[in-house]
Amino acid sequence: MQQPVTRVEPSADDTVSEPPESLALALRTEGLSAWYGSHLAIRDINLNVRPNQVTAMIGPSGCGKSTALRCLNRMHEVIRGARVAGRVLLDEQDIYAPDVDPVRVRQRIGMVFQKPNPFPMMSIYDNVIAGLKLTGESKHAALGERVERCLRAVALWDEVKDKLRQSGASLSGGQQQRLCIARALAVEPEVVLMDEPCSALDPIATYKIEELVDELKERYTIVIVTHNMQQASRVSDYTAFFLAGDDRVGELVEYGPTQRLFTNPQDKRTEDYITGRFG
Amino acid sequence: MARAARRRLRNSLMKALCGGCAVASAALVLVLLGYVFVKGIGYVNLEFLTALPRPLGESGGGMVQSFVGSLVLVALASAWAVAIGIGAGIFLAEYGSPRVCEVVRLIADVLAGLPSIVIGIFGYTLIVRPMGTFSALAGAFALGVIMLPIVARTTEESLRLVPGDLEEAALALGAPRWRAVLQVVLPAASAGVTTGVILAVARIAGETAPLIFTALGNRFWSNGLTSPIAALTLDIFQYAISPYEQWHQQAWAASFFLLVTVLTLNVVVRLVAGRVAAR
Repeated sequence: MQQPVTRVEPSADDTVSEPPESLALALRTEGLSAWYGSHLAIRDINLNVRPNQVTAMIGPSGCGKSTALRCLNRMHEVIRGARVAGRVLLDEQDIYAPDVDPVRVRQRIGMVFQKPNPFPMMSIYDNVIAGLKLTGESKHAALGERVERCLRAVALWDEVKDKLRQSGASLSGGQQQRLCIARALAVEPEVVLMDEPCSALDPIATYKIEELVDELKERYTIVIVTHNMQQASRVSDYTAFFLAGDDRVGELVEYGPTQRLFTNPQDKRTEDYITGRFG
Repeated sequence: MARAARRRLRNSLMKALCGGCAVASAALVLVLLGYVFVKGIGYVNLEFLTALPRPLGESGGGMVQSFVGSLVLVALASAWAVAIGIGAGIFLAEYGSPRVCEVVRLIADVLAGLPSIVIGIFGYTLIVRPMGTFSALAGAFALGVIMLPIVARTTEESLRLVPGDLEEAALALGAPRWRAVLQVVLPAASAGVTTGVILAVARIAGETAPLIFTALGNRFWSNGLTSPIAALTLDIFQYAISPYEQWHQQAWAASFFLLVTVLTLNVVVRLVAGRVAAR
């Protein structure tokens, strides 16, 4: 996949204290549909994710928001029998074009999962650079600097700097999730996808992650799936409301700036959902 | 009232009967172990472990060429069977379609059930006849065939026990599938895979029949891997059926040593498996 013109490399004399420049890119879907085998899960999604903004995907369980998220970094097709149709354009280049390598796409669009999943047999240090090792890029120098920069970016550095060699699984749930975010950031993606990153965490850890998301949008484009409407209204700039109809196929019902969607929804179904009439 | 008493009696009878069976089984094993220990420990000494056999009539002498020979055969057999077995296990757990895997598993289970003497004859026809000589290579081939299905199945089981979100996390970082499997999933399963290898080694350490037609045995140091080689189990066989008391004593000593080795391996496996389960 060709490098888009807007990708910015960190400058050579980048010290840890200087804020790096933004890598964020725009992400857009056109007629995105996805199947699990013969079962259609989402239909004709047209979503426009803006760079340096947080876009939330909300909706009741089973509405297809996680499926839609996984289509954005070509993780949906990893499942045996799963299929995608339509286009997903990263900076106006279709990531589903036949000559595009999905591995390369996932290096540019990172993902954080619902259940924190640090690699248990690796140390904290190795976990952060795991993405580099797994893509064969670990030969370039300054790994230690990158580890420190990523751990600082997720506000974990002070808590773990004396135990970098301990196992990644020795941290608390909230710390593990921040470690997973640091791991995703170390690969220097342009977009970060988060699939209900706080649902397995306690409220304080949740609050820290929400603060983190707000800081991260300075540098990345963020898409976050959440079943918690209050979180969506706190954290996001734009919100997309998904709903599965009677045919159990998920659709994008409404999409717009978060404040407008929550105070003045255009679609009745959106209004019903946010006022708690169902869901 | 009498009915209740009768029922209690029958319950106690049943319990006593089952308890008796358990005791009988355990007693069988303990008697066997005890007998071999008592008969053999008297003849295990430094000379037995380090000297070559002496001619009949002379006292002393040992079986050092058999100890070394068994080690060589096990090492050679492991060298090829572990590599191919792990590869097959990875295929079954990661890459095979459900249909193909069913067939491969069936074949592996059939292989595991083959009589070891038949495997020995197979090795004779395949390797000894064309080579024109009995050899360590032929013996290692036959033993490896026995090891192969054990390693493959335990590798598959261990890989399946690794939580799926670890491989998912690796893929989401932009790792190609082969790196995700080799650098994340396989290390996470390493305890289980090691257990499988140790079990397979314990199994072949005590095999005699396949070596009769392939390694043949040797009363001297082997002349290289393409010559007949001694093995502990072969010596026990040949010494035990001989009419010489001196050889009987050495057979008991060798049996004692072999039993201790196999027991130790089985205990090690239990300990490793216990640690894995605790984690």
